[in-house]
Formats: sequence, C-alpha cells, structure tokens
Amino acid sequence: MRRLASALVILAVAAAAFAGEIPRAERRSGYDLMSPETRAMQDDDTANPGMLSVLEGSALWSRKAGGAGRSCADCHGDGRASMKGVAARHPSFDAARGRPVSLEQRINACRVERQQAPALAYESRELLALTAFVARQSRGLPIDIAIDARTQPFLDAGRALWERRQGQLNLACRQCHDDNWGRRLAGSVIPQAHPTGYPLYRLEWQALGSLQRRFRNCLIGVRSEPYEYGDPALVDLELYLMWRARGMLMDAPAVRP
Amino acid sequence: MAEALISVPSRARRGEIIEIKTLISHPMETGYRRSQVGARIPRDIIRLFVCTYNGTEVFRAELHPAIAANPFITFSTVATESGTLAFHWTGDNGFSVKETAEIRVD
Amino acid sequence: MHRTSRRDFLRAATGLAVLVTVRPAGATPATMQDAIRAVVGTARVTKGRVKLELPPLSENGNAVPLTVLVESAMTDAEHVRAIHVFTEKNPQPDVVGVRLGPRAGRARVSTRIRLADTQTVIAIAELSDGSFWSGEAAVVVTLAACLEET
Repeated sequence: MRRLASALVILAVAAAAFAGEIPRAERRSGYDLMSPETRAMQDDDTANPGMLSVLEGSALWSRKAGGAGRSCADCHGDGRASMKGVAARHPSFDAARGRPVSLEQRINACRVERQQAPALAYESRELLALTAFVARQSRGLPIDIAIDARTQPFLDAGRALWERRQGQLNLACRQCHDDNWGRRLAGSVIPQAHPTGYPLYRLEWQALGSLQRRFRNCLIGVRSEPYEYGDPALVDLELYLMWRARGMLMDAPAVRP
Repeated sequence: MAEALISVPSRARRGEIIEIKTLISHPMETGYRRSQVGARIPRDIIRLFVCTYNGTEVFRAELHPAIAANPFITFSTVATESGTLAFHWTGDNGFSVKETAEIRVD
Repeated sequence: MHRTSRRDFLRAATGLAVLVTVRPAGATPATMQDAIRAVVGTARVTKGRVKLELPPLSENGNAVPLTVLVESAMTDAEHVRAIHVFTEKNPQPDVVGVRLGPRAGRARVSTRIRLADTQTVIAIAELSDGSFWSGEAAVVVTLAACLEET
C-alpha cells in the first residue's frame, strides 16, 4: 500500500513537471476563441483597422530615409515578395549581436546600419506600420523557428520566464495559458497565447500594438513591474512563444478583444 | 500615408445596388477619458462623413463619440452612371480627409 | 520572493478596482428620451420595420459591430430619409445620425460603436412620409481581464 502511494506521488510529480506544452492537436489560435463578429472584423481586409497600418507600412517601405538616402525597397525590392516568411521566422539569431532579435529590432538594425537613420521608437506609429507590413507578408504561412546550439540558451531563458511565478498575484504565464486556457477570467476567455497575429489590433487598445505591449499588459495584470520595451527578457519570451506555436499559421495583422 | 481604406466595386451594372465600405484612421477621442494625473483629454472626433456621386450627395453620417476608433462605415448606393465617388471626412481640430474612387457603370 | 507591504498591496488592489469600475455619470433612459424627442418632435414613433443587428454579448465595449436595416423599397415615393441611433447608458445618448434617400437602393448601414456598459441600443427611422419607426437590441458588454495602465 505504501509503495503504491509513493508510486502515485512520483507519477503526480512527474505529470506536473511535464504538464507544459499543449499537445499539437489541441493547439488553438486566439482567433478560434473569439466571437464570430470579431473574427469577421479580422477576416475582412476592408474592415480590419490593422490594414490601415499595413498600408502605411507599404508607403514607408518605399520612402528614402537617413544619411544613406535609401528606402527598404532599394535593397529589398517589392516587400510583398521579398518579405514572405520573414515574420514567421522571427525572433532569429543575429550573429553580430550574439543573440536572437525580434522583427522590430531587425527593422531598426537596418534603419541604423543600412539607412543611417535613427532607430524608430518602440510602439511608434512608423515602427508598427513597417512591422505590420512585413508581418502581413507571412499571413497563412506556418511559424518556423530554428532552434540550434546558438538559440537554445535563449529559448530556455524564455521558457523559464514563462514558468516563473511573478508579481503580487504570484502567477506564472503557464498557469493561465497552458493549464487553464479556454476557461474564463473575469468574463474573458483565456487564450493559449500563441503570437500568430502580431502586430495586432487590440480592441482594448483601440489601436495596433506589438507583442511586447501585450506582454507588458499581462505583467501589469499580475501586478508585476513590467520589463521595458526592448528588454532581452521579452525577446527571449517571444522566442519561446513562437517556438511553442511552431507550425501554426500566421494571421497578422490580427484583431483581438 | 494611408489614412483611409475604401472598398467600392470598380464596375457595376446600371441600377445595381452596390455596397461601399469605408475605414478611416482616427482615434475618436471621446472627451470623457482622463489622463494619469486626472486631467480631461479633450474631445477630438470625426463629426461628419459625406459621400457624393458625380457631385451629388448620396450619403451623410453625423458621428458622435460613441462611434468606435478608426470609424468603419458601410452603406449602399445605386450605380446610376460611370464616374467618381468622393468621400469627405471632417472633424475637430480642422480634421479633413478626402478620397475618391472611380466606378464604371455599364 | 519579496515581501509586499500591506500599503503597497492596498494601493495596487485599489488601483485595480478604480480601473474596472470607473464610468462617467452620463446618459439615462430619460436623457435618451430627450435626445429622441429632439429628433422626432411630438410625432408618434411606431415599433417596427427597423431591425438592429448587434451581438448579444460583446467581448469589448470599445468596438461593437452594429447594422441597422429598415424595411423600405427606397423609391422616390417611399423611402427612408434618416436613421438615428441612441444608447441609454453611454455618457451621451447620440451615436450616429445617417441621411439616406432613394439613391441608397436599400436602407442598410453598418458601423462599429462604443458601449460603456450592458444596455439597450435604439434606432429611429424617419420615412419620407414623415412617419417614425423604431427598433432596439440589448447587448451584454464584458471587459478585458488584464487592463493597461495608460
């Protein structure tokens, strides 16, 4: 009897330790948990306010900038072709920086190094527009994050952040988004938190925003001091979430409540 | 800079009822929100949207703060003749945006 | 894990409560009736012919899709001249006033509106013969769980 009890305890502990990833067959985008009306808003490019940013980004793509007097188009040509799949592969490893960088950071690296223009501020209209334009070109493509010896430590750091209890409410991301997705928190359905649609138009913001903005909302939600925009911890977390969502299809710019 | 997105069929049959969808970038600040220090953020909204068809007004909407940010308005009109559909949004602080779309009516 | 002082906890808890419950004093069903009267005058409003399409439950009151349809042939002789939409619990009752005519083809308009709370939305249609018709729909409005401190 005692052996059975201890065996059960070991089994329970083991189950808790591996109660991490949602099985592939059960992965659901936040899109599936939304009302039909909000889904319709996302599906219609003439009703989706995120598309206003995409159009703006398309115009910025062709605008010359900086000391080099170059536009994105001068190097990358037609973004609708050359940027296909790029957002689905970010964050990606940047050899010069020795760590993965987000799409926003990649765009700013180009601005500073290739265009000799100042970096665009996080959450600025221009950076959101360019990110939205680039991300739009990955719509319908599966998330494809490469994990190798170089990126593994950052993936592990992101996973550690996901699993760590924090804030005055002492909650870990995992507790809501892995263990309790589909249930309701204060009237809203908890999604699995797959970042397939970023940057997205959040009805709560009444504006388009980045994944980092959403992270900061969650951190404030558990009454934790949020990391600043651009903090490596947020990029590590983004890397982990994109890897966790691997194979799911991108749908940027998404609409979410 | 894209301020507005218009969806109008480029061609229609005479007498056909066509649907027009418009989406414009604007925060529609209600005037009821307060900043972190308690100061009221002043109202700043689009107040009027007018659509003309070859110069004749076919649709008008007076907007109030209860219209959601980035106003989306869908309406219909009868395709009477080929020409230009013109759209004009006006509002607080001198806001004024004009867009046009061509339609061919057979 | 650091220790949270009771004062910090109360401040945080109060902050959370303020974010959730703040709602400016505003429209009531009475002020909505005043706004309707401003449009209709002393004429009678008949319930019917006006259909309001609104989701019964809205995930976020910031952008609730709304469609108003009015039964009308939209001819020169008989058409909808105007549609006015009102709410009973927003800070002010007017939402939008739309001017149509026979060139519309059909009396059907869609937009997205803000709803401050669970409430009823009313649409009044003015016909070319001077008559007024109305329709209404009720919406339950929920808030996002994790708000932003902005």
